[in-house]
Amino acid sequence: MRLACPCCGPRDRREFTYYGAADYLDRPAPEAGLDAWDAYLHLRDNPAGKTRDLWYHDPCQSWLEVERDTVTHAVHSVQAVAGRHA
Amino acid sequence: MRYSGLRVFAQGLTGNRGWTPAWRQPEPKPDYDIVIIGGGGHGLSTAYYLAKNHGLRNIAVLEKGYLGGGNVGRNTTIVRANYFLPGNSEFYSHSLKLWEGLEAELNYNVMHSQRGLINLFHSDGQRDAFVRRGNAMLAQGDDAVLLDREGVREKLPYLDFEQGRFPIYGGLYHPRGGTARHDAVAWGYARGADRLGVDLIQRCEVTGIDTVNGRVTGVQTTRGPIRARQVAMVAAGRSSQVAAMAGMRLPIESHVLQAFVTEGLKPVIDHVVSFGMGHFYISQSDKGGLVFGGDLDFYASYAARGNLPMVEHVMEAGMTLMPMIGRAKVLRSWGGIMDMSPDGSPIIDRTPIDGLYLNCGWNYGGFKAVPASGWCLAHLMATGAPHKVAEGFRLDRFRTGQGLMDEEGTGSQHNLH
Repeated sequence: MRLACPCCGPRDRREFTYYGAADYLDRPAPEAGLDAWDAYLHLRDNPAGKTRDLWYHDPCQSWLEVERDTVTHAVHSVQAVAGRHA
Repeated sequence: MRYSGLRVFAQGLTGNRGWTPAWRQPEPKPDYDIVIIGGGGHGLSTAYYLAKNHGLRNIAVLEKGYLGGGNVGRNTTIVRANYFLPGNSEFYSHSLKLWEGLEAELNYNVMHSQRGLINLFHSDGQRDAFVRRGNAMLAQGDDAVLLDREGVREKLPYLDFEQGRFPIYGGLYHPRGGTARHDAVAWGYARGADRLGVDLIQRCEVTGIDTVNGRVTGVQTTRGPIRARQVAMVAAGRSSQVAAMAGMRLPIESHVLQAFVTEGLKPVIDHVVSFGMGHFYISQSDKGGLVFGGDLDFYASYAARGNLPMVEHVMEAGMTLMPMIGRAKVLRSWGGIMDMSPDGSPIIDRTPIDGLYLNCGWNYGGFKAVPASGWCLAHLMATGAPHKVAEGFRLDRFRTGQGLMDEEGTGSQHNLH
């Protein structure tokens, strides 16, 4: 598996650290309540197919949101988390 | 048909023409008391114990592929009871006791071999941790022996004791640990359940779970609708997809765990051995193949195959520990799909839907759990109360933070196990 870092280009999987589902981008407010925090920390769609998850590119220290397929390991898109809503 | 040495002998003398299929191929009935989704080790053992221990007969096991075609055939076949935490410890202890009587219980040769398991340690800190673990195992009533370096050398003379990078300080020896024939466990439970009247229905994929007013009423399948008063989801590897049919999101992330086998060799590794400074564990099958595995690939995957970096890590760790295996040729590798829970421990529980039960989250450890998992889920479904050795495997422990069982001590978060 290779991921195309927006900063560095296509790189070997070993340069990246997996963090988890992109759910981690939507952090609830501190007072959002138990259900919201349970969903954020623990509950996952865990799809067999297209998924979005977070990877860290160790050399350039950027967080990446990767859209890929959990069954075929095909990578559809990689974008930097920083500035994704800009 | 009951199996025995005499029958093997008699059949051998008469051309082996008298053997009959080990289980029936029934058509699904429209209505059962209990439907179990998933015909793997856990689903089959659940069905067996529901029938055997609780006298229930009107049960179907629905399997989308063939019996034992999932994770029960995709592991490294290790059976052990060396857990540390209360909650896990008594459960795996119970499971090992069931393993020890399993062949007589099922009248089936599952090739359970208590060849002993040795977890190596390589530093003073690791020794302390293993002393503590060994004491917990003894306190649980299981067996553990602390071996020093010479004690390890006596049992495993082929290890590289002379290297400086990861010196071998000793090992924790678990004499009752060992291996079993993975397929045979599924087949043995399937045959046992079938003989007690359970319908094992293959090529029958569940496509929907029916509920009315918060109560389960049956399932939709590729072979038609089936009504049921109780439904158990026992589909580790696909738990999230099955639970989604009931509108549930689970605290599960699926990962791939790779394993490997070499060509057949003469007997050389007598035990199950694990390396303490890298992910590597190995045993030798009865056919002679060295069966070994490593760690997760560490990204969500359903591919049942892994990537090369973990292959490289496992091979490096193996060569570091026992350079003699370097000449062996790897025949094939495979990947199992692990239900990873946030704290690394499993779930056997009710769900918010009445009559719907959940058995999932087996992480790396589902194979050795097969007997006790079925035993405890059957107990929960038949009596309405959790079995005392599985009381801790609650679904809500992540939500509440109470009763987390984080065996590795790394935290209750998805990417830490």
